[in-house]
Amino acid sequence: MYAQMVKSEASTDDPEKLAAFQARIDAGEKIEPKDWMPAGYRKTLIRQIGQHAHSEIVGQLPEGNWITRAPTLERKAILLAKVQDEAGHGLYLYCAAETLGVSRDELTEMLLDGRMKYSSIFNYPTLNWADMGAVGWLVDGAAILNQVPLQRTSFGPYSRAMIRVCKEESFHARQGFDVIRKMANGTPAQKKMAQDALNRLWFPALMMFGPSDADSVHSTQSMAWKIKMNTNDELRQKFVDQTVPQIEFLGLDLPDAGIKWNEERGHYDYSDPDWDEFFDVIQGNGPCNTDRLAARNKAWQDGQWVRDGLLAHARKTAARKVAAE
Amino acid sequence: MKNEWPLWEVFIRGQHGLSHRHVGSLHAPDAEMAIKNARDVYTRRNEGVSIWVVEANHIAASSPSDKGPLYEPSESKVYRHPTFFDIPDEVGAM
Repeated sequence: MYAQMVKSEASTDDPEKLAAFQARIDAGEKIEPKDWMPAGYRKTLIRQIGQHAHSEIVGQLPEGNWITRAPTLERKAILLAKVQDEAGHGLYLYCAAETLGVSRDELTEMLLDGRMKYSSIFNYPTLNWADMGAVGWLVDGAAILNQVPLQRTSFGPYSRAMIRVCKEESFHARQGFDVIRKMANGTPAQKKMAQDALNRLWFPALMMFGPSDADSVHSTQSMAWKIKMNTNDELRQKFVDQTVPQIEFLGLDLPDAGIKWNEERGHYDYSDPDWDEFFDVIQGNGPCNTDRLAARNKAWQDGQWVRDGLLAHARKTAARKVAAE
Repeated sequence: MKNEWPLWEVFIRGQHGLSHRHVGSLHAPDAEMAIKNARDVYTRRNEGVSIWVVEANHIAASSPSDKGPLYEPSESKVYRHPTFFDIPDEVGAM
């Protein structure tokens, strides 16, 4: 998902304290920043929330790419609002992570030098306007499936951030669906673009949920701690089941010949994405990994004088105020 | 000197005459920028009519380990709740 393959840390804390902590979680209590928590819980959460936040921030790049080239002023205003939301989502999440004792700048630096990851999906390019539709519809659609259950996660600040994010996220999915619907019902050339965007982004969207459960080594502890609410395959199946009828509604062809209704399971069967490609993208070899990190590094460096200038002004003003008193 | 902007806690009054409510936090160099940033981050959809920002390190908070001494004394005082008292039906609403 926006946080994929988050390594779960084992805990070496006092077993009695661990049991009491687990009992609180099992009873549905929220853990707040000043409460005692296992070191592993803290570390895993910093990694997961940080990765989630980085994904929101880096996720602005593929869409920001199309703001100035939106087909109408209305579409431009909508896309701008969506990308602005993503910045907000990143901020909510960074603040949640900060309550665990890591600073914003530390998190940023770990993203910029590659020590922390962001979702694999944002390492794919957005080639044309149809991709804006497909990203909102599929990528945000997939994100919602992961984020809705995370509203019930055990860590209070993360849960509250997710509640805010989810309120805004359905706007994102709907605006994407609206873009793709317009194109699917447009000229033959537009419909072809919509189909092409769906075909290209389908498997990368499936990869967002992370490796298959058989290969997902970090799930058990995270699920016990309620910082992961569903398995990767559960959510992926849910995504396929909800999206296939939407594809049919749009009159587009299914992007995978393996998609078939399975009466017995009551779910759609589908083909696995190319997991080698997934691991390769995670390792930094996707089509846009270098570009994305370069863009974030440039933004951080270019903004240095603004951050310094505003801070210098704030300090000067505060000093003058003290002098005047 | 550390060059990270300080953390501010943001409180917003919703539309309906309610108290300001904590909505989250953000980083800003000073109060003026904190309010501007809070406007952009926390009121993009008409969520509020007034914003308070407080630098996070100015907030004093009770500690979770004080939970017992702080709140136990009120647990035994059920008579502080109106439902403690039996009001005869014939008296009507009170």
